[in-house]
Amino acid sequence: MEKFGFTISKGRQIDYESNDRRIAEYIFEREPSFRLCIECGGCSATCTTGNLTQFSLRELHILIKRGENDQVRQNIRKCMLCGKCTLVCPRGVNTRNIVVLAKQAFQKSDEYAI
Amino acid sequence: MSKQVIVIGGGVAGLEAAGQLSKAGIEVSLIEKENKTGGHLNDWYKLFPDRRNSSEVKEYLDGITHHDGIKLLTNTTIEKFNSNKSHFSIITNEGKELTADAVVVATGFDLFKSARKEEYGYGIYDNVITSTDLEEMFRKGKIVLSNGNVPKTIGIVHCVGSRDEKVGNLYCSKLCCVTAVKQAIELREHLPESKVFCFYMDMRMGGAFYEELYREAQEKWGVNFIRGKVSEAGEAIDNKLIIKVEDTLAGRPLKMEVDLLVLMAGMEMSEGGKKISKMCGLNTGENRFFAVADHHYGSNRSNIKGVFYAGTCTAPMNITETISHARAAVSEVMDYLKNVRK
Ligand SMILES: Cc1cc2nc3c(=O)[nH]c(=O)nc-3n(C[C@H](O)[C@H](O)[C@H](O)COP(=O)(O)OP(=O)(O)OC[C@H]3O[C@@H](n4cnc5c(N)ncnc54)[C@H](O)[C@@H]3O)c2cc1C
Ligand code: SF4
Ligand code: SF4
Ligand code: SF4
Repeated sequence: MEKFGFTISKGRQIDYESNDRRIAEYIFEREPSFRLCIECGGCSATCTTGNLTQFSLRELHILIKRGENDQVRQNIRKCMLCGKCTLVCPRGVNTRNIVVLAKQAFQKSDEYAI
Repeated sequence: MSKQVIVIGGGVAGLEAAGQLSKAGIEVSLIEKENKTGGHLNDWYKLFPDRRNSSEVKEYLDGITHHDGIKLLTNTTIEKFNSNKSHFSIITNEGKELTADAVVVATGFDLFKSARKEEYGYGIYDNVITSTDLEEMFRKGKIVLSNGNVPKTIGIVHCVGSRDEKVGNLYCSKLCCVTAVKQAIELREHLPESKVFCFYMDMRMGGAFYEELYREAQEKWGVNFIRGKVSEAGEAIDNKLIIKVEDTLAGRPLKMEVDLLVLMAGMEMSEGGKKISKMCGLNTGENRFFAVADHHYGSNRSNIKGVFYAGTCTAPMNITETISHARAAVSEVMDYLKNVRK
């Protein structure tokens, strides 16, 4: 049979039931301000990394919350932990600490260790 | 003898309350700290949602307050306040003593002072203005930059001083989204060659005909809406303003040059209101506006019997809501005066 060179790709859907949201739970427990984000993008607009590379802290937050951990793991390293984003957040989210905690959580989990 | 009521503040709320009280046969002393009545209404040109001239509403208010039963005291503030059971007396800045059976507080709001959001450059860059500054330009019929040129690209920043923990205001001012839409339309009308961009976090169109106006802005006037909070504005050498924002729906940071940046400053408890609150012992809430006795059925009542609230001294409101609230205050006052024990 002729081969068409396509592979079965994972759908675009966020599979809410099977996604693993333990990273998010880990952060919620330690940094309750994580819940306050309204996705305004103030942090990512001011972020130097985000302006130079494919990285958005706002997007990272929502991906963590949805349990899209592979994408988070690929991106989180780019954050320099400079804390500039914390200065602009209108919701008082401790943005920098969320990255710190997410890294911690990844390190603690065998599955997602970075 | 007819009953007497002191109304503090001669904006929309104070005028409506004074007018309705006098209609009901009450003698009113209306105290206004400025040299004329109208409050913020005097600052606006055309009103949302129907874009009628604000002077028409002022005419209505002047009409109902043109009454023998109303004693208007402008340039007047209160220096002393005494209450003795159901009897109130005040002393004005001119040393005059006034007495009353009830008091209506209608001290309104102050516009958020935009220079407090340093990152937007108000007071630093000439072409960063507020919604109020723009109303003045509309009134004069001339929208120009500081160098006299006509702006081609205009940015409008929502939520300046509202929904912002950094300035201590957690609440939404409720009517700056529709003001942004209204002003965007007016800008396009005045300057057909211009491009207008609204930068919003959420479009809050929760009033009668607000959503329709939003649609009109898109459909008829080609106003652009970009979802993201502007993080900062800077000035380039050619006087253009550079704004930074994340286009959150595209998921990418966006940089834009604009000629004019208009800040939608929010509403705060007025300084005049704060003074009255301290002097009279009236409670304020976490948002610093006057705290009402009950959010559902007591939004005109205060913590002092016989002292009532009308209008935006309790929360952000549009004119329709302000007038309704003032009328409700009058109904509370009438009820109180009828039943109060001497
Ligand atoms: C940018 C902007 C645009 C708006 N445009 C519209 C619109 O198009 N349509 C609409 O429906 N609504 C609009 N509004 C809302 C409208 O301005 C208010 O609903 C209305 O002004 C509220 O009236 P008020 O009497 O409660 O307060 P104010 O207008 O603030 O009046 C309060 C009065 O009290 C006086 N005062 C304060 N303290 C004292 C004191 N201690 N002693 C004596 N006097 C005192 C003040 O001088 C003032 O005259 C707008 C608001 C903003 C911020
Ligand atoms: S701490 Fe990270 S996300 Fe925040 S501004 Fe710095 S690099 Fe960007
Ligand atoms: S600035 Fe704060 S509220 Fe806005 S997207 Fe970033 S974390 Fe969320
Ligand atoms: S009405 Fe709109 S601009 Fe004003 S504070 Fe609320 S969301 Fe922000």
